[in-house]
Order: sequence, then C-alpha cells, then structure tokens
Amino acid sequence: MIFGLTFPETAVIGLLFAAIQFGAMIYLASLGEMIAERAGVLNLGVEGMMAMGAVGGFVFAIETGSPWLGLLAAAVIGGAVAMIHGLFAVVLGANQVVSGLALTIFGVGLANFWGTDYEGVRPEVQFVDVDWGPLSDISWIGRILFQQSPLAYLAVLLGFVTWFVLNRTRGGLALRAAGESAATADAAGHSVLGLRLFAVAIGGAFAGIGGAYLSLSISPGWTVGVVAGRGWIAVALVIFGAWKVRRVALGAFLFGLAMALPNRTESFDLPWDPILWSMLPYVLTIAVMIAGALVLRNRPPAAPAALGLPFRREER
Amino acid sequence: MDAAPLAVELKGIWKRFPGVVANAGTELTVKRGSIHAVLGENGAGKSTLMNVLAGVYRPEEGEVRLFGERVVFANPADALAAGVGMVHQEFRLVPTFTVAENVVLGAAERVLNMGAVERRVAELAEQFSLDVDPQRHIWQLSMGERQRVEILKALWRDAEILILDEPTAVLTPNEADELGLVIRRMANDGRSVIFISHKLHEVKQYCDEATVLRGGKTVAASMAVVDLTPQQLAELMVGEATDAALRPEPRQAGDQLLTVQDLCALNNRNLEALSNISLSVHGGEIVGIAGVAGNGQRELSDVIAGLRESTSGTVKLFGEDITTATPRQRFRAGLSYIPEDRVGVGLAPQLSVTDNAILRSYREHTRGPLIAVDRAKAFCADVVDSFKVRTGSLDQRIAGLSGGNLQRLLVGRELTAKPSVIVASQPTRGLDVQGVKAIQELLIDARNEGLGVLMVSEDLDELLAISDRIIVMHGGRIAAEYGGADANRSAIGLAMAGETP
Repeated sequence: MIFGLTFPETAVIGLLFAAIQFGAMIYLASLGEMIAERAGVLNLGVEGMMAMGAVGGFVFAIETGSPWLGLLAAAVIGGAVAMIHGLFAVVLGANQVVSGLALTIFGVGLANFWGTDYEGVRPEVQFVDVDWGPLSDISWIGRILFQQSPLAYLAVLLGFVTWFVLNRTRGGLALRAAGESAATADAAGHSVLGLRLFAVAIGGAFAGIGGAYLSLSISPGWTVGVVAGRGWIAVALVIFGAWKVRRVALGAFLFGLAMALPNRTESFDLPWDPILWSMLPYVLTIAVMIAGALVLRNRPPAAPAALGLPFRREER
Repeated sequence: MDAAPLAVELKGIWKRFPGVVANAGTELTVKRGSIHAVLGENGAGKSTLMNVLAGVYRPEEGEVRLFGERVVFANPADALAAGVGMVHQEFRLVPTFTVAENVVLGAAERVLNMGAVERRVAELAEQFSLDVDPQRHIWQLSMGERQRVEILKALWRDAEILILDEPTAVLTPNEADELGLVIRRMANDGRSVIFISHKLHEVKQYCDEATVLRGGKTVAASMAVVDLTPQQLAELMVGEATDAALRPEPRQAGDQLLTVQDLCALNNRNLEALSNISLSVHGGEIVGIAGVAGNGQRELSDVIAGLRESTSGTVKLFGEDITTATPRQRFRAGLSYIPEDRVGVGLAPQLSVTDNAILRSYREHTRGPLIAVDRAKAFCADVVDSFKVRTGSLDQRIAGLSGGNLQRLLVGRELTAKPSVIVASQPTRGLDVQGVKAIQELLIDARNEGLGVLMVSEDLDELLAISDRIIVMHGGRIAAEYGGADANRSAIGLAMAGETP
C-alpha cells in the first residue's frame, strides 16, 4: 500500500499493457502529424482521418476477411482524406487551421455515415496478439511487452523508420527544410508543394492506421465516436514531444497511461467516479499545453519555423 | 575584345512588373574567369536582371547565353544545374540546420553519412579559404560566416558563374576584404563572378570590369575598372555629377538631452545584447552608431524607444528618468523613433496613409470617443505636403508606396510631433540615392534646429558624412568613439570588427 492505494499485480500488469496499447495507437497518429508539421503543414484533421481509418479498416477487414487488407485500406483511406487538406492548405494556400478543422468535422461525419450498417456487427476479423515464444512467457515483461498486437510493433518500427528518413536521408533533409524555410528548399531545387503533399499524405496514412488500431485491435468493431477526441491528443502530443520522434514516443506512453487508467479505477480502489477519471487524458492535454507555453515562453520555439505558412514562390 | 570566351551573355532582356519596367532591353556580357561589377542605383534593374540569370524570373523578351549556348531556365534549379549560383541579399539558409546540411541541401546522396559530408564540405571550404565550421548551426554564425556558407553552396553545386547581390552590405570592412580574396581565388580558378554593388570603392578594389545600369538600361558595358575613377562611375550611375559629402558645419553642441547610463539588455534569444552602454546626445548634434548588424544597435534603439526592457541601467531624457516609461510617455516627453523596420514597426502596411500619419497622435484628432476624420485628414495632408510624400490619395493603403515615400511619411510623422530627440535606426537603408539624400537632409535640418539625433547605420560612409560624433558598437559594448574630425574609415572599420585600433 502506498498513499492508501493498493496495487494488485494483475491490475498493474493490465494497466501497463493497456498503456502501451493506447500509447502505440496514439503514437502512430502523432508520428504522422509530426511528419506533416516538420514539412510545415499543420493538419488539425487527425481526428477525422482516424475516424475514417477506423471505419474503413473495419469494413475492409470484414469484407475481405483479412485484418491486414483492412489495415492497408485504412492507411490508403487516411492518406486520401488527408489529400483534401493537401488540396486546400498546401496547393491552394488556404488557412491551415480552418481547413484542418473542416477535415475533422467532415471525416468524423462521413465515418459515422459509412459505419451505420456496421454498427454492432460482430468483429469476426481482428488482429491476433503476437506470440514471441519464450519472450512472451517472461513474467511481467512478457505480458506487457511481448503479447501486444502486431500494430504495436508496427508503431515502433515506423518510429525508427521516421527518425531515419527525417534525419539521415536526402528526402528527410528536404522535407525538414520545407518546414523550416520553404524559400530555401525551393531555391535549392526542391518542390515544396510536392514535399508537403507527400508529408500530409503520409501523416494521413499513419492516422488511418492509428484509427484501424482502435477498430481492429483495441476494441474490435465499429461504434460512433470510437476515436473519442484522441486525434486531438495526437496533435497535442506533437507539441509535447517538441517535434522529435523520441520525445513523442515518451509522451505517447504517458498519455497511453492516462487513457488506460479510467477503465481500471476499481482494481486500484481509486476514489471518485470513473467518469471523472476518464477526463484525465484531456486534462493532461491542457496541462501539457499550458506547461509547454510557460517553458517555451523565453526560448526559441522548437516548432518548425514555417509551420502553418503557405508557400508561394515570390514574383513581386 | 580579347579571345577569352564569354561566360554570360544577356541580350535585350525585358522584364516588366505591374507599374514598373525593371529591365528595358538590358545587355550584359561577362568574361570567363573575371570579376564583373554590375552597378546601379536602387531600381536600376540590377537585381531583376540577376534574378533572370539565376532562373528566378523569366524575361518577357531577350535571350540568355552561357558559354555561347542559348539557355532557357524554368526555375532556379535549372540555372543551378547549368552552373549559375546566386547569393541573394537575404540569405537562403535554414537557421536550424548545420552548415553542412545547408550546403548539401538539394545536392546530396540519397542516404546521408553526415560525418563524410562534413569532411567534404570542410575540404571544399579549405580549397577556397572559406573559414567556416561545417558542424555549427546557421543561427550561431555571423553574417559574414553565413555568406561564406552561401558561397560554399554554390561551389558545392560546381557553379561556374557566381552572382553576389550586394555582398558587402552585411560585412565589416575586413570581412569584405576577405571576400575579395575568395572571389579572386574563384576567378583564378576559371569561374566568373558577378558582383552587384552600389559602392564605388569596392568596385575599384575587387572587380575587373564593370557594367552600369540606369533605369533598366545598360548605360556602360564591360568597362575595364582600372581606367575608371569612382567619380566617373558615380556619374554613369546617377546620370549627373553627384555633389560631395553633405557634412554640416561644425557647431557648438547644446544641452545634454538624452543620457544613457550603464544600460544592459537581452536580445530575443535571452542572451546579453547590451552590456554597460553609456552615451549621451546633446541638442544640435548627430551621434552616429556604427557597427556590423547584430552587435546590439537594434536592441539599443529599441530600449531607448521603450520597445524592449532593459535589465539594468537608466535612460534619461532632460535629466528625467524614463527607463520604465511606456513608448507613448516617451513620445509625449519629446522622443521620436524611426525604427529599423519601417514597415511593420514604424508603419502598418494595410492601413491608409492617413491612418498611418495619425498612429502616434490619434488621441489629438478625436471628437469624443471617435476619430475626427476631417481633422485627421488635414493633419495627414500637412505631413504629406511638408515632407513631399508622393501618394495617389490619402486613403490609399501605404503598401503601394515606394520605400523612399514610406520613409518620408514616417520621418514626417515623427518630426511633426516637434520632438527634442530623434532615434533613427537605419533610416536610409534600401533607399535610392535621391531618397537617401532627402532623409539625410531632414535629419541635418533637425540637428541645425537644435534637436539631438541618434542615428544607427551600417553604412559607414553615411555616418562619416553627417555625424558630429561616431560611436562604434561591437559585441554589445561601445568599442570606440570618435569626434567628427578624427574619425577615419580604417580605424572605425577595425573597431567594428572588434579589433582595438
């Protein structure tokens, strides 16, 4: 007992398992948003792209009988939906905040519409947790780390790939330049529009995969509102993570913990109603934003310098 | 004409912008392995012509030939691929990237081995004696170092033709001399350098040939620089004999008006920008602040104007402490400010001429809670007339006015308030010869009427021409101070570079 709280072993393992599960899901969406923002495009449509990925992934998995085809469909749908933002915010140079908000409203609405016939359908197809053999049998660690959905390992892999591409390749250098100083990237002969569209599409695909994680693995099936504002947490997480892969990963685990806790208040004998605890991730989001603003107030911003600024080649 | 092949031929280039003809059949030929100056006033069409050569603009008529072959560039990347590199006045560098990352941006291997890239960048820098560390980040570098990175970028792309757009504007005299050596080494290497400038002594010092532009036309093509005097070049540029320095009659300085004592302040990165600055400005004198950009001049003028907090020290006006006064209180106490960013800080680009004219004094043009539009207009018309601001109408947005007219409006607004002290930060930067002269005359008139003028400028010639005293800033400190008579270029240049003369 610590502070009058009890920590039963199974509850703690369950909590940490779920923290990684939720964390990996939000990590995917955050990574995607981070890629778009590193290229200079703020996409507030994550919530909508995740909803489309969740419903699209589920529908395709059911219809094809393969969760992997469902996942592929979720990535393609997420990327395609993101291109709406790409068209308005990148190609036409519209306000990125407005376009992104519109994408969220549109994506959530269309997902709910599309999912009408699939609501309550029994999820006969879903991802099966990976069995790593002896690793999975290790007490504690085996259950927490090595019995996760394949999507959790995919998230880790994509994190490494993202880091490598951004920091160790010509394309990543160009993409970051487009986000820091679009005119410089342009003068160096890169297509700022092309780089940004690519980044937005990848961001959408990652968000779509994050959505499919929900509908094919965490809580298989489709219900209206399954994304439940987690797209917004993904956006906040990019700021919390200071646009860096490692810090975004850390933040994802932290928020995963906050998302996993509300369902387990009884196992820990926590006071207050579980409904109050379910606010935790969102309260944490606000707290992170405020803390971030206070810490960064007197420091050069970590944000890409050209974030949110449309690019047009200057002809005076 | 000797037998050396021509690196660049621009023939009959026309380029129009709404309301302006920037190039009207401009001609330019540059020999291989030579340093070629392109001279002209602001608005003569130099930059436009160079942007045509660098693929930024497409000419409406005329042709571009490189080494005898006709080329058409769709974008800067095409020009780079053909061997034309340009160093713009505003550097095209990513501040958060390292030197090496900036150099290879756009011309790197698919997968980067930064260690190897840094070594190769260092080797290239070594070859042309460009002193810069490939591992440092751009934001940590001085303007001179950033320029070297830009030159490295062009060399990395193996540019045969390098265009430098007013390269010395941001350099100390010593850095400029170093640049001169670097481009000479490039020319000896068989490359051609086009050096845009309106400073005559530089052209004499660094260049082989000169082409002079005026009003978008070539008025003198490929003249050998050795045969020319600066006076001849100046006449070609301006089209009339320029008069010598405006230097005002020396006069007895009046009362001490503005006193700055032990002033310290931080810059936007929270680093110390001013350390223990003490100076005073008397009535009837122009005190010039010399220094290379980024040595605290901006912070100094901002602190005096009340736009930036000081961390210690005092600012006094007429002996009264105004260190913590608001900008408005300072203005009412008789302090006028002409900020470095004339559009943005000084004037609001989307507002009309009238709105901008009353920005400082709008509380005096009111009826009850409302602006008295008629009185505001009358006030504005007065400023526009007295200071010869050329504008279509008083309701026009100022975004359409030229730099010179904007500055006349700003200076007019500040002087109409009948201040005792004017702080002017880079008041003539970017103006053409006529505009510079007009603003300088206004400041000299103000001085002759007994006002104290504190003027920050990066143009040493200008400060030498009109200041009664010159204070040199380096690294946030006062490096040296000279009275009007014993100020000399080389001593000030050394002080600007942080050397003790």
